[in-house]
Amino acid sequence: MPAAVEVAAVARRFGSVQALDGIDLTVHEGEFFGLLGPNGAGKTTLISILAGLTRADAGTAKILGHDVVTDYRAARRALGVVPQELVFDPFFSVRETLRIQSGYFGLRANDAWIDEILHHLDLTSKADANMRALSGGMKRRVLVGQALVHRPPVIVLDEPTAGVDVELRQSLWAFIRELNRDGHTIILTTHYLEEAEALCARIAMLKAGRIVALDTKQNLLSRFQGLTVRLVASRVPAAWQPRVLRTDAGVHYLGLDAYGELEGLLVALREERVHIDEMALAETDLEQVFLRIMAGDDMQAVPPPSLEVPEA
Amino acid sequence: MKPLEVAGYGWLTLLYKELLRFWKVSFQTIAAPILTALLYLLIFSHALEAHVGVFDGRVRYTAFLVPGLVMMSVLQNAFANSSSSLIQSKITGNLIFVLLPPLSPLEIFGAYVLGAMVRGLTVGLGVLLVTLWFLPDALAPAHPLWALAFALLGSLILAVLGLVAGIWSDKFDQLAAFQNFIIVPLTFLSGVFYSIQTLPPFWQLLSHFNPFFYMIDGFRYGFFGLSDAPPLQSLAIVGAAAISLSLIAFGVLSRGWKLRR
Repeated sequence: MPAAVEVAAVARRFGSVQALDGIDLTVHEGEFFGLLGPNGAGKTTLISILAGLTRADAGTAKILGHDVVTDYRAARRALGVVPQELVFDPFFSVRETLRIQSGYFGLRANDAWIDEILHHLDLTSKADANMRALSGGMKRRVLVGQALVHRPPVIVLDEPTAGVDVELRQSLWAFIRELNRDGHTIILTTHYLEEAEALCARIAMLKAGRIVALDTKQNLLSRFQGLTVRLVASRVPAAWQPRVLRTDAGVHYLGLDAYGELEGLLVALREERVHIDEMALAETDLEQVFLRIMAGDDMQAVPPPSLEVPEA
Repeated sequence: MKPLEVAGYGWLTLLYKELLRFWKVSFQTIAAPILTALLYLLIFSHALEAHVGVFDGRVRYTAFLVPGLVMMSVLQNAFANSSSSLIQSKITGNLIFVLLPPLSPLEIFGAYVLGAMVRGLTVGLGVLLVTLWFLPDALAPAHPLWALAFALLGSLILAVLGLVAGIWSDKFDQLAAFQNFIIVPLTFLSGVFYSIQTLPPFWQLLSHFNPFFYMIDGFRYGFFGLSDAPPLQSLAIVGAAAISLSLIAFGVLSRGWKLRR
C-alpha cells in the first residue's frame, strides 16, 4: 500500500535562499503528522510542492503513490490543502464558494456533503452570506471546508488556527480529529506547539530547509530528559551562556541536563553577584524540545528515522 | 446521495465561475462599455457626419463607425475580462482555488478564454443592438458569417492576450500599462474611427503591421462588403495570430510560468 505522502530528496532554491535542502519524508496512511519549524524553515514550500503550487528543483513527491508532477490529477484529487493565507473570492457566497470548489474537482450533486461540512464548521446560518461579510475566523472555516469538499484522503493544514479564537480552535480540532479517526491522513503545521503536542502522533522539525528531527512525539519528549530553567535576571553568568536556549524580554531560558546542575548554576549566580528576580523550573514539553533542537548548532540532519535516540 | 464525478465538469465549473464573476457586476462589465461606445457614436457622428464619407462616399460615416465601435468593444472587453479576473485572483490570492484542483492547463486556458470571449461578444452585441436602435436603416450586414468569424477570432485573440497579461502582471499598475500603452493605442489606431485609405502613405503602411487593423477591417467587410484590405488576407492574418498566441498562452500555462513557482 502506498504511503499517504512520500517525499524523496526534494530540494528547492529561491534565488540565493535554499528553501528546501534535500527532504526525505514518509507519512503513512491514517497518521496525524506534525510539521514544525520556525518561519522560513521551509514548511510552506514543502506543502506547496505537495500541492503542485511549487515545483521542486530536485527529488520527487507522491500523494498515495501518485507523483505530484507526472500524475498530478490523481495526486491533487487525493489531497486537500488549507492554505495559510486567509484568501477568499469576494464575488461569491459561502455555499457558492463550496459548490464551485467541488465542481473544480469534477464533482456534481455534492450538496449533501457540503451541508454536512457547513454543519460541522458551524457555518449553516452563513451559507448564503457573501464571503466579504464574514469575520476572519469564519473565512478560515470556509477555507477548511473548501479543502474537504472533495473528501480527500490526505489533508494538509498550513497553520489553520492562526488568528482563530479559542472556541473555534477547539471545535475545528474536534472535527479534524474525527476526520483522522475516519481514516484521513492529517498533516499539520502550526506555531502553537501545545497544539502539535496534543494532536500529532509523529513530528518532523524543519530548520533552514532540512529535517533536524523526525520521530514520534513520545520519543522526542523523552529525548531530552533535562529540564529548563526560566530565569529573570539582569544577565546570565558567563560560564552558563552556552546553555541559554532563548532570551525573551529579559527572561532567559537555560537548559539543564539534570537537577544536580541547578546547584552549579546557583553558585555561579552568587559568585558573579547576579541578582535573581525570578526563577522557575519547567518540565520537558514539546516547546522545550523544539527550542533545544532549534538552538543546537549542529545542523546535521538526524540519522534515519529508525535511529537510536542519542543521549542528550 | 453520492456526488457524481463527471468528466469535464471541472472545466465547466471554471467557465461558469468566470461567467458568474462578470455577470454579478454586469452594470460595470456590460452596461458601462455599451454606454461608452454609444457616446463615441453620438459625438463622432455629430462632429463628422456632414464632412466625411467613407469608401469614396459609398458608406455614411455614422454607418461606417458602428462596426468599428462594436468590434472595439468586443476586443477591449474580452481583454479586460481574462486579464482582470486573473490579476484580481492573483493579488487577492484566491487563484490558489483554481491551482489546487486537478484542472489541466488546457482546461484553465479554455475556461478563462471562453469566459472572456462571452463577455466581449455580449458587450459587442449590446453595442450593436443600441446602435441599431439609433440607426435602424444603417445596418443590414452584407456577409454576416464573415462578421461573425472576425468577431470570434478577434475576441479569442484579445482573451488570450488578457490571459497572458494577467499572468505576467504582478500589480494592477503593470496590467494598466499593458492596457493603456499597448491595447488601447493599437485599437484606436486600427481604423475604428477612420478608413486607413485617408491616411498618408507612411501611416497606411504602418497600419498594415497592426494586427488589430485586420480584425476591425475584416469585421467591417462583413457589414458593407467593402474593406481596406482583402478580407481573405485579413482572415488568414487574424487566424494565424489567434493560433500562435493560443499556443504561446498554452505553453505559458503548461510551464506554470508565474503561477506555479
